[in-house]
Amino acid sequence: MPLWLFVFLAALAVLAALGVVLQRNPVHCLMALVVVLLDLAVMFIGLGAVTVGFLQAIVYVGAIMVLFLFVIWLLNLQTEERRVAGSIGLRFFGAVGAAALVAELCVFVVKAPSTAGLSHVPPTFGSIGAIAEALFTDYLIAFEATSLLLLVAVIGAVALARRATASRTRSPVPVSPAVHEQIGARQ
Amino acid sequence: MMSVPPSWFMALGALLFAIGAAGVLIRRNVIVMLMAIELMLNAVNLTFIALSRSLGSIDGQVIVLFVITVAAAEAATGLAIIIAAFRNRETVNADELNLMRW
Amino acid sequence: MMTAPFPALGLILLLPALGVAFNIFLGPRLGRRAVNFAGPAAIFIAFGVGCWAFATLLAMPPGSALTVTLWPWIEAGSFHVDFALRMDALSAVMTLVVSGVGALIHVYSAGYMAHDEDYARYFAYMNLFTLSMLILVLADNLLLMFVGWEGVGLCSYLLIAFWYTNPEFAYNGRKAFVVNRIGDAGFILGILTLVYVLGAHGAWTLAFTDMRAHRDILAEVWAPFGVPVATVAGLLLFLGATGKSAQIPLYVWLPDAMVGPTPVSALIHAATMVTAGVYMVVRLNFLFILSPTAMELIATVAGVTSFFAATIAIVQPDIKRVLAYSTISQIGYMFLGAGVGAFASGIFHVMTHAFFKALLFLCAGSVIHALDGEQDMNRMGGLWRKLPITYATMLIATLAISAIPGFSGYFSKDLILESAFNSGHFKLWLLGVITADLTSFYMFRLIFMTFHGSSRVDPHRAEHLHESPPVMTIPLFILAVLSIVGGWVNLPKGLLWGDAFVRFLAPVTGTYHPMIEVSGAAISLIALASTLLGILFAWLLYIRQPELPGRISDALAALYRTLLHKYYIDELYNLVVSRPLFWIAGPVLARRVDKGGIDGVVDGSALTVENSGEAVRRVETGNVQHYVLVYLFGVIAIAAYYVYLVIR
Repeated sequence: MPLWLFVFLAALAVLAALGVVLQRNPVHCLMALVVVLLDLAVMFIGLGAVTVGFLQAIVYVGAIMVLFLFVIWLLNLQTEERRVAGSIGLRFFGAVGAAALVAELCVFVVKAPSTAGLSHVPPTFGSIGAIAEALFTDYLIAFEATSLLLLVAVIGAVALARRATASRTRSPVPVSPAVHEQIGARQ
Repeated sequence: MMSVPPSWFMALGALLFAIGAAGVLIRRNVIVMLMAIELMLNAVNLTFIALSRSLGSIDGQVIVLFVITVAAAEAATGLAIIIAAFRNRETVNADELNLMRW
Repeated sequence: MMTAPFPALGLILLLPALGVAFNIFLGPRLGRRAVNFAGPAAIFIAFGVGCWAFATLLAMPPGSALTVTLWPWIEAGSFHVDFALRMDALSAVMTLVVSGVGALIHVYSAGYMAHDEDYARYFAYMNLFTLSMLILVLADNLLLMFVGWEGVGLCSYLLIAFWYTNPEFAYNGRKAFVVNRIGDAGFILGILTLVYVLGAHGAWTLAFTDMRAHRDILAEVWAPFGVPVATVAGLLLFLGATGKSAQIPLYVWLPDAMVGPTPVSALIHAATMVTAGVYMVVRLNFLFILSPTAMELIATVAGVTSFFAATIAIVQPDIKRVLAYSTISQIGYMFLGAGVGAFASGIFHVMTHAFFKALLFLCAGSVIHALDGEQDMNRMGGLWRKLPITYATMLIATLAISAIPGFSGYFSKDLILESAFNSGHFKLWLLGVITADLTSFYMFRLIFMTFHGSSRVDPHRAEHLHESPPVMTIPLFILAVLSIVGGWVNLPKGLLWGDAFVRFLAPVTGTYHPMIEVSGAAISLIALASTLLGILFAWLLYIRQPELPGRISDALAALYRTLLHKYYIDELYNLVVSRPLFWIAGPVLARRVDKGGIDGVVDGSALTVENSGEAVRRVETGNVQHYVLVYLFGVIAIAAYYVYLVIR
């Protein structure tokens, strides 16, 4: 990856990330997040992780972000958030904490042994075949466990979001069947 | 061809992670907090990918795959919880969803 | 000496035990008839087995014993105690008395308790009592004896407080129990003393025969006290005996125990349990004769108790209380016999006393039953026409206890007084003779006030005055016969079979060696004269001139009141013992130590936790973001550690 491209992508990512955190309208926040995710997808591809990069674009942007959008739309949240931030204390300590974290991580980056000489990789590095080979040999058990996790997540999401049972009298927000379908189908 | 050292990617990851953490802290809207968490996950993903390339090992990429999957599960259940909470409390503000206290 | 295994001894215990189980679990369901049958039947069969064992024992050479080891009980290092039974001459006599008299009283109870709803519980307790008493007398070692000792104490408590809904009765039950505990503490300390001393010499046992074999150890002077071991152990054990057998200073519970059903008074508080102390002293005679101090103390306490209780008995208006004090007095005689070394005479009096005192109580019960619960002799009188059987049998018992020649009491009491005189205890002998006078006085006072003179019965009650049913009168007949012939087993020396009873017991109790030999007849005549004088006084005061007692009590008002209030001993004990104890328990321990100290610590620690929790829970704001913030700082802190590692 050429340096200019990295600088451009990095600047864009930071800007968009700030947009996620600082904008008042949730939909705008979401759009900024989409930008970050796509930006990172490009970086992944540039770093040789072609398959993962594409999956990032498809799953994250195509599915998860749409799910967020659905919920925002469902709850009818536009700009009703009066304050961007919580209490002054939270804002202050949040900023301090984040800055401290950046400082600490930068120490690692600076002090880390410079393995700048990137190892030579074969052309198939990061291809679907290479990933599948790792996934179905070394990581088989983790892979299966993940499938179980997804199943549980589906059931949990449906159970949590389903319409209130008869005993509950108040149900201000009707949940359309589409939500269930979305939640289920996107997995 | 690769002129950008991996540590730069990691620095970028650290910056994004910190921004995400700050977002979790300062935003009231729970949905936006969830987005900030996604941002933090992706910052970590970036370091994994960079190190994967740097070390020439495929493992980092596989782990990113898992992270994406878990993020999907987390987003689904998290949003379901938000829907349920909103249905009961008619709010998505974190400081108003404060029943979990003394 | 010969011992033979005789497993059937276990049956003597098993049958009452089965009776207990039956009456507790099946009794209330199967009803009154089944209980009335099963309760006495268990004791009767046990009595039959006892007779069989006794016959076996008689066929063996003198000094033999039947034994059975049911199971090993305690194995602690070298210390070893079996659950073992042993029937020698002494146990045999006691077993027959306990089960025989017990069986008769069980039968009588079926009639006496005919109107009580709690008959099953009653018979369960009675069977349990008989079981405990038989364990006590058949035990092969001191520890097992203590099991029976405690068992009879428990049953005594349960039966005194049988009608527990009456607070006074329940109180009296507790009183008996607590007073007995004081004595039992002495008993336990006595056992521990023996275990300690014998164990120190390598004789880890409490079996009577083994202890007897180690007499030399017991006779040694025990350094910490400067007296023989036998004195220490003997005095402690005698303290237990004073509790169980109602001697000074622990006699106060027995008169109050009379609130129980009358057959209970007859069985437990006259015939059997209260003589357990005598039995224990006689059983351990090899220990007591090693300690002249203990023997002297026993004889003195016994003589004084005997006199003291008799003086109280002469003014009591309650028919059962008279008998209760009479019992204390008679047990004094038994201890007097044991204390002067004539152990067999004490046991002889235990036996005859069991007959005539049980009979007296049962007759009193018959009177009370007929009068629908009336116990005050001032509201009796002239009953002999209405209750002829009761009157006749009670008169026989009265003659027996007054030691009229020919009746059982004569032989046993005479033997004791003769032993006391011949052992040189002249003062105690004199006290015994005076007591004999008092005995005949208060007993005939009881007879005259109850059965003779004009009727003072509440007219309401007089209407349905009736003689008791046969189920109650037949035991009276049998006991009346025994009250006469029971003493014939031991006639004065040289007459027919002579002192057969004493000779039978001699291998166990040892032979009594008098210091001086004065003709028994002379001593006997003095006692007899004293007795007749008592009867004469009673006749003068209560038949000839019935208004005289009132005038005497007016003239000697202070003395009369003192006697009526039993020398104010109860009040004294209350003042000296109970009050301070209650003061320590109430204001001091309960309020200061418990409420202030212990509760303060407990409540204080709870309050501390509550307050600190109250303070700390403020941290839980319920706002997720606060939690995240803390979490973030945790992450920063951990990262900081690695930063430190990196830049070091």
